[in-house]
Parts: sequence; C-alpha cells; structure tokens
Amino acid sequence: MIPRFVLHAQHRSGWQKAAIRVGAVLLGFLISAVLIMATGKDPVVVFGTMFSGAFGSKWGFSETLVRTTPLLLCSLGIALASRMQLWNIGAEGQFYMGGLGAAFVALKFSTMPAPVLLPTMAIAGFVLGGLWCLLPGIARAYLGTSETITTLLLNYVALNWVAYLVYGPWKDPKGHNFPLSPTFSESATLPVLTGRVHIGLILALIMAGVFWWVLQNSRWGYEIRVIGESPAAAGYAGMNITRNILLVMFVSGAMAGLGGMMEVSGVLHRLQKDISPGYGYTAIIITYLAQRNPLAMILVAFLFGGLQAGAYSIQTKGVPLATAYMIQGMILFCVLGAELFTQSRLRFVWRKEVA
Amino acid sequence: MTGDIAFSTIAITTLTAAVIAGTTILFAALGEVLSERAGVLNLGVEGMMLVGAVVGYIATLTTGSPWAGIVAAAFAGGALASIHAALTVSLRANQVVSGLALTLFGTGFSSFIGKPYVGVPLPNAFHKVAIPGLAKLPFVGPILFDQNPLVYLSFVLVPALWYWLYRTRPGLNLRAVGENPAAADAMGLNVFLTRYLYVIAGGALAGIAGAHLSLAVAPSWVEGMTAGRGWVAVALVIFATWNPAKAILGAYLFGGVEALTFRLQAMGSTFSVFFLNMTPYLFTIAVLLIATSRARKGRGDLPAALGTAYDREMR
Repeated sequence: MIPRFVLHAQHRSGWQKAAIRVGAVLLGFLISAVLIMATGKDPVVVFGTMFSGAFGSKWGFSETLVRTTPLLLCSLGIALASRMQLWNIGAEGQFYMGGLGAAFVALKFSTMPAPVLLPTMAIAGFVLGGLWCLLPGIARAYLGTSETITTLLLNYVALNWVAYLVYGPWKDPKGHNFPLSPTFSESATLPVLTGRVHIGLILALIMAGVFWWVLQNSRWGYEIRVIGESPAAAGYAGMNITRNILLVMFVSGAMAGLGGMMEVSGVLHRLQKDISPGYGYTAIIITYLAQRNPLAMILVAFLFGGLQAGAYSIQTKGVPLATAYMIQGMILFCVLGAELFTQSRLRFVWRKEVA
Repeated sequence: MTGDIAFSTIAITTLTAAVIAGTTILFAALGEVLSERAGVLNLGVEGMMLVGAVVGYIATLTTGSPWAGIVAAAFAGGALASIHAALTVSLRANQVVSGLALTLFGTGFSSFIGKPYVGVPLPNAFHKVAIPGLAKLPFVGPILFDQNPLVYLSFVLVPALWYWLYRTRPGLNLRAVGENPAAADAMGLNVFLTRYLYVIAGGALAGIAGAHLSLAVAPSWVEGMTAGRGWVAVALVIFATWNPAKAILGAYLFGGVEALTFRLQAMGSTFSVFFLNMTPYLFTIAVLLIATSRARKGRGDLPAALGTAYDREMR
C-alpha cells in the first residue's frame, strides 16, 4: 500500500474554470509578494504604490489606458497565429518596425493633410510589421524552420535598426544629440480622447470585436482552427495550409505594426530608441491568460496595462521597472500550473502497487 | 613582414575572443541539448542565464570565490528549470508557454535582485590560466590554452556529454525517453524522473553559462546582459542536431561572429555599430534556415517526443 495522488478527469463549468484561473493569478501575486519581502521591501507598500499608480488617480487611469492599446493590438496578432499553433514571439520587433514605417511616412510627407497622412502612416506600419512576421512565416511554410526562434531573433534586428535611424540619418538636428527623430507635424498626430489617451484605443477595441467575429463565425476563422488542431485533416479537406501560414503570420505581425504606428503617432509624436517597454512580450502572456479570446483580451490587456503603468510608479520606491516582468512571469507560471485542474482534480488515494 | 606579424596578432586576439564568447553559448547549448534529448523544450534559457549571471555575481562578491559563484549559479539555473519541469512534466503544461514564462520571470527577477549590484566592481573574477607547455604552442596555444578555467571545463564537458549520450546505458535511456516515452516506460524506465533530472541539469548549465558572462567575459552585472545569447543557444541546438560534439563547433562559429563584430567596432569601422550588432542574430537565422532545410531531407536527429508531455493514461 503506497499513498499517491491521482488525477481524475472532471468536468468543470465555465465559472469554475474562471475561478481557478483567477485564483492562480492571485497566487502569482502572493508568491511575488514573498519574493519582494525576501529582498527587504514591504510588498504592501510596493503593490499599494503600483495599484494607486495604475488606477488610483485620473492620470494613472489614463496611463493604464495608454498602455492598453498597444498591448491589445499585439495580443490580437499573437492570438491569431496561436490559433494555428504558430508562436509569434516577435511582436516586440514588429511593433518597432511598424513605428519605423509610420515615422518614415510622417517625416517624409509631413505637409500632407491629416486625413491622407494618418491612413498612409497606418498602412506603412501595418505592412512593415506584417512583413517582419511574414519572413519567419515563409521560412516556416517552405523550410519548416521554427517560427518561435526566428520571430524572436528578428526583435534584436528591428531594435538595432530603429536605433541606427534615430542615432544616424533620422536624428533631430535640433535634438541636442539625443537619439530622437524630429517631432512629427500636427497632421501626423492621432487625435486625442483625453490626456495622453488617443483615438487608437477605440480602433483597438473595434479590432478586438472584428477578430472575435472572424475567429468565431467566419469560414476563415474555422479554417485556421482546423489547421491548428489537425493539419492532416485540414489537408484532406482541401484547405491550403501554406497560404494560410503566410496570411496568418502577415496579419499577426501587421497588428503589432499597427500598434507601433499608433504609439509613435498618438503617444510619442516621434521615433525614438525605446518605443516600447516590452509590450510585445507582455502581450504573449495576455494572449494565453485570455485563452486567445479577443473579448477576454480587452479585460486582460487593461489589467496588464495597469501593471505596466504601476511598475513606473514603483521605481520611486527603488524597485526596478523589470519587476513587472517578474510578477508577470510568476502569474503565468501559476496559471499554467492551474490549467490541468480546469479539466481534472487531484485525489489522494491509498493504492496497491501495480505492475 | 611586420604586416604579417600584425595580422597574426589580430587573428589570435580575435580567435581568442571567439572562444571566450563561444563558451558562454556552448554551456547554454549543452544544457538545452540535455533537456531536449529528454523530450522537453526549454525556451527559458535566456531567463536562466540571466539569473545565473546575477546569482553567480552576488555569490562571488560575498564569498570572494568565483567557484562559489559558479556553484550558486548552477543551483539557481537548476532551481528555475525545476519550475519548468514541474509545470511541463507533472502538470503537462505547454512547453513553449512555460519556457517563455521562465524567460520573462528570469529577466524580471534578475533585474530585481541585481539592482543594488549594478556598477559594483568585482574583485575576484576568473582570470586566464595558461596551461604549461600547451599554451606555448604556436597560434593555437594562446587561443585554446591560455583561457579562463571555465573554458577548460567546457573542453572536458563536451566529450564527456557526447560519451554519456552515445556510449552509456543512462545515455541510451535518456534518448529513449525523448524518442518514445511510452516504450521507455514499458521498458521500466522512469520517464518522469529522467525528464526532471535532465531538465534541471540543463538549467544548471544555463546558469553556469550566465555566470561565465558575469564572472569571466565581462566581470560585472548589467541588466539584461545576456542580450539574446540564450536564444542563440536554442537555435544552436538545432544547428548541432542535438549532438554535443557539433555544438562546440557551432558555438565557436557564433562566438567568432560576435568577436569579429566587436573587433570591427574597435578598429573604428565606418559601418554603423548597429548593423554590426545585428549580425550575430541574422547569422543565427541564416544558420537555422540551412539547418532546418537539411533536416527536412532526413538528416536531422530531432527527438521524436520533443515538445509533448507524457501522460501515462494515454499509453
């Protein structure tokens, strides 16, 4: 007789699943609190500062919304690819390429009127971000090269490219040698809703709705799901897998690119060396936590926008910005670990040794 | 004549730097070979390296011994890998997502605990130790035998791991677990224990790789100092077709690219530093494309069960 834990398949309702996941997120915060405590900082103060920095004031709340937009757009792109079991972890680089494309248009055609200039910038960001993800897509479709590693490696290339431009050819001659491009003209700037929150937020929300509809109800959304779950079955059904890989990867990167365009046009009003504090990476977690559901993603992106905005305010307490990554990673660990228990439960049994 | 001497001096310094840079990637790649041979893809290498780098640095600073730093880094890397093992082996979580979580966590955690140590000088870094006799060999002597002790450790580790994998019973068992866990289970092997052990061993090596960076290559702690080397190591494993002996060649090739771009910068190349910085990543992608198109023709050695959790009920 030996004691052991046995997993039993268990049907759980949607509410139970949600409760398990929320519990896992809370556990992630709790373990992070222990880690913060271990370095001699008071977790109540750190989390308190973070929370009030994100939601406690009108300014903090608007900062959270400012960060929700890029996070949501990147997540939508990543979710589309992951429905097909493609891992685009290069949203960060695609975001930078989108910003680069938009900045190119904004700086070259600064005198064009806004109704022409802004859509052109959006298209440039969309296309450049898309191409940046299409390249790994081509390698995946025709050579079978893992898109996970190639998309990630291209991030470093994109970041260096933007750095080259803002330190070199695009540097603002009046910028006191800082790595910044000249400020965009008025017509290259997205309209503002309130504070720093720009119209991109509305567009991102509409996009989430469109993605939800496409994935849920359209034939294309169905094809993507079938190819992801069983490429063989999709092949028998006459679905074109290669074409879908290319298309999905392009749109996936294009969403991040659009996010980059909105960031430079709506928030920064110029291209600079750092246009993202890791939105592309955080978006991977958001995608997973929201179970690739575009509507759930809105809520999760908002909460993680708060986490990022809050992380800025804890810097005043001597805690580095990257702590937000630590907390995000820990939350993801807990949710991953809890996932099995949304379909099964653990039972402690006394059982005779078999075999 | 003097031109020749100048050239060979430059060649020797560049190749010496290539071996040093390559060794960092080599340790990480060897660790990933072990993990993937057991059937567990670990994309957390970058995070484990960062934590290894900072923990090794702190341990060296407090104990005064870089060897204590290495041991601490190996423990830290192994501890992080054990989280990945628990999630993917026992709880059957998605290996890609769990590995990404590990990288994110490691990036944040290393910055968090390393904050007070940024810019603190390290008195007890690893120094070069010339091997008597061998170091005097022309050309190869200074490149291979006048290096830091961790480079020598890697010289021993590569053949040892190769022998372990291909010539011993435990190595055969390891490959069986990565190839066909159900069959390995039927043979009486403990699939779960095997996977735990090699994932943790792989993490320990990634930790050592990070510590090599912070204790020998550039004795210091800088946030995010691995700068993507963990990802390069993951790519290298594919290039090396999961073979430790090929990993060393690949690692020095990557190290060579890194050393060369550094040298070009130092010589005041007119080519922008940012384009030079891109080259190791572009080179990695190029190599990956070649390696995978070759693997498609059936010359790969990909562990068949890589990326999938083993569920006894599904046998």
